[in-house]
Amino acid sequence: MKRPILGLLLAMLLLVSPARAQDAFTTALPGLAGSFGQIAEAVEKLGASADPRALPLLQALQEGRLLKREDGTLLLQTDAGVTEVVGGRPTEVGDAEAVRVNNRVRGALRGALGSLQILSTNPEERLKAAEDVFRSRSAQNIAPLEAALARETIPAIRTQLELSLAASRLASPDNAVRLQGINALAEVTDQNARALLLETKAQVPDLARQIDGAVAKIEGRLRVRQMVETFFQGLSLGSVLLLAALGLAVTFGVMGVINMAHGEMVMLGAYATYMVQEALSGTALAPFALPLAIPAAFLLAAAVGAVLERGLIRYLYGRPLETLLMTFGVGMILQQAVRLIFGAQNREVVSPAWMQGTLTLGGLSLTANRVWIIVFGLLVLGLVVAAIRYTRFGLEMRAVVQNRRIAATMGIRTGRVDALTFAFGSGIAGMAGVALSQIDNVSPNLGTGYIIDSFMVVVFGGVGSLAGTLVGALTLGVLNKVMEPYAGAVLAKVVVLVGIMLFIQRRPRGMFALKGRAAEA
Amino acid sequence: MSVTTATIPASPRVTLRLVLWGAVLVLALIPLLNQLPESSALHVGDFIVTITGKWITYAILALAIDLAWGYTGILSLGHGAFFALGGYAMGMHLMRLIGPRGAYGHPTLPDFMVFLGYPELPWYWLGFDMFPYACFMALFVPGLLALVIGYLAFRSRITGVYLSILTQALTYALMLAFFRNDMGFGGNNGFTDFKELLGMALNTPLARAVLFYASLVALIGSYWVCTRISVSKLGRVLLAIRDAESRVRFLGYSTTQVKLFVFVISAVLAGLAGALYVPQVGIINPGEFSPGNSIEAVIWVAVGGRGTLVGAVVGAFSVNALKTWLTTAAPDLWLFALGGLFVAVTLFLPRGLVGLFSRKVEK
Repeated sequence: MKRPILGLLLAMLLLVSPARAQDAFTTALPGLAGSFGQIAEAVEKLGASADPRALPLLQALQEGRLLKREDGTLLLQTDAGVTEVVGGRPTEVGDAEAVRVNNRVRGALRGALGSLQILSTNPEERLKAAEDVFRSRSAQNIAPLEAALARETIPAIRTQLELSLAASRLASPDNAVRLQGINALAEVTDQNARALLLETKAQVPDLARQIDGAVAKIEGRLRVRQMVETFFQGLSLGSVLLLAALGLAVTFGVMGVINMAHGEMVMLGAYATYMVQEALSGTALAPFALPLAIPAAFLLAAAVGAVLERGLIRYLYGRPLETLLMTFGVGMILQQAVRLIFGAQNREVVSPAWMQGTLTLGGLSLTANRVWIIVFGLLVLGLVVAAIRYTRFGLEMRAVVQNRRIAATMGIRTGRVDALTFAFGSGIAGMAGVALSQIDNVSPNLGTGYIIDSFMVVVFGGVGSLAGTLVGALTLGVLNKVMEPYAGAVLAKVVVLVGIMLFIQRRPRGMFALKGRAAEA
Repeated sequence: MSVTTATIPASPRVTLRLVLWGAVLVLALIPLLNQLPESSALHVGDFIVTITGKWITYAILALAIDLAWGYTGILSLGHGAFFALGGYAMGMHLMRLIGPRGAYGHPTLPDFMVFLGYPELPWYWLGFDMFPYACFMALFVPGLLALVIGYLAFRSRITGVYLSILTQALTYALMLAFFRNDMGFGGNNGFTDFKELLGMALNTPLARAVLFYASLVALIGSYWVCTRISVSKLGRVLLAIRDAESRVRFLGYSTTQVKLFVFVISAVLAGLAGALYVPQVGIINPGEFSPGNSIEAVIWVAVGGRGTLVGAVVGAFSVNALKTWLTTAAPDLWLFALGGLFVAVTLFLPRGLVGLFSRKVEK
């Protein structure tokens, strides 16, 4: 009851008059030479003193560099030598021994150091100190924390300070103050706050009801956050699937060509990214390697796709099973060629600085490159939709798909459209490779891991429907991530695959089935 | 889908039969030649016996795929799963036979279970110490899986490439599942270090010869079964389904049932092949489920000539001989060659090697 008020007064005093505060420092000093209990008390006083000289002293105590002569004179040992604490005269170590600490002193030290450092001018130190104070949880810290909170302007540190203040209040002997702390913690969405409250509940049965209420509040919000995070991870996986499946939605969905070498187009895109990065490294353009790799990957994969269509696939139209086998062989050849050229080991593609780190959004921390991939996936989808709907090429493509012969009589060169469509789909796969190079190993068999999933997305969403591809990819991504905590990553995948098989029972043509006679062809 | 069975006139048919029996005879001689002293010019090494025995099981797998694909038009890219399941069933028997000779010396539990802390055998391992039961399961489990998958797929008329992708996803899912340690199938490492089978120590000339002849008999038996099916009235329906499924259905045939029957038989044959394969190579792991294995088996059939049973067998032997030779002579080139085979066969040789031969005969 008495101490916190005293501390508060002290804190207020030291804000207005530094001279009096120094007195607190000097009066607390002799305690350090006493018993463990006296040392702990002195440490707490020093912590509350907010005196700049207290910090190095307490740090020295923590590190065993604070020495004590038999007559009680305190010595400070630094790299520069040994000095007397009072007066600061250089001296010899002599028979002085290190001041010993026990657990109680250590606890007090952590809190005191924290409450001293929260006044530091370095924001990082302040944040760390605020976290330390949270862990030490002593009612002594309430006053310094309140003082620090009054001056703090950085929101992240303020949040931590408030958390630490609430935690310190829980340690108060006064139930009213404790309740304040409980109510403050109830508003925090944090695993530690929950643990702290449960700990306090065991110590203070009187407040059990209030604590339970607060814990329930925290848990509710934690659950929501967990759900949002899972959903985000699902979206992120879904956008990867979307990128990998979009090209397939064009070649398989629109043209009806099963391209088992699709994964290798993705792989080529990833290697194009690597090559652009290597070509630009050391030049002024190096930071823009990734954006520049996007057109490069598109062009490389599109060129390979065009050659593949004109050279091989066009002879097998109308024979889907043969196309499947043939493109599988092409995929093998591409993989082996890349393996011989670049080696079997993984190639490193560095993320540019703006894609690293995490973004914090309303208490959620999201990996930056995952966010970018979601954005990129949606951009590419928009691009594909626009290209099909608004360009001359898109119009011709739709015409050829709907009725090849009539389109030909209208003067559309169907062979050219076929080649371009296939190149377009392959190019999109190449762009997917750019994105995958950021989250996966760039290796010759990069594509194999995605090909089955991509086909599942297209079949699930409905062949020939871009909307189906979008919904299918995101659904599968989210489903995978939602199930992962219960079933584990591998089993979740198995369950999703089995689920798709069963789903096809009900809707053999996917979620967004094409209606009409075209679908029966 | 315009490929039809090679119609070979009567006299070449006799020649073909002679060639076939000749080939079987040559194969049957291999384990005997292995018994000759090494100094003899006709001696063949242990390696040849094992690898030919392995190819024979591959040929059975190829027959199974050909029955489904070449005759009925069901291109399954998941037959490796049935093969591997048969192999796992036999592998479980072989693991049980190790008994207390494992590294941990546990009387019943295989090493990996001791290592993973299993208190006792999982229920689905019970009975695998009995050889007949293991043989039954090696055929029953693939057949049952094919029945379920086939029923679901054919009933909702999933055909063509959709079925191919579905079966590929099936074997992929099984691969992922078998990689898990808590499935109780040895996870990543699968089963190995087998000791004996039917009282014979493995890795002896006797065991090699017995397994070799068992495989050869199984191949001849499978060939006979497939021939019976293909020349029967059912075989005609199969070809009709392959070439125009809707018409067959409109004529009143239950194509679902017919396809289901063929698919199950095919899966059982694949399981048989797997069960014979595992004791000869001495290992089974989830890698056998990889989609690449299944599709490689499909290319054997394509290279040999689908729609002809001889073609499947010829394809399995020739592609694997090429593989064995190339992977030692020029390992980097093998995948190019295999990929090239896929391209060349589909573009230029839709009837495979046998088609090449029979066309000459027709001229």
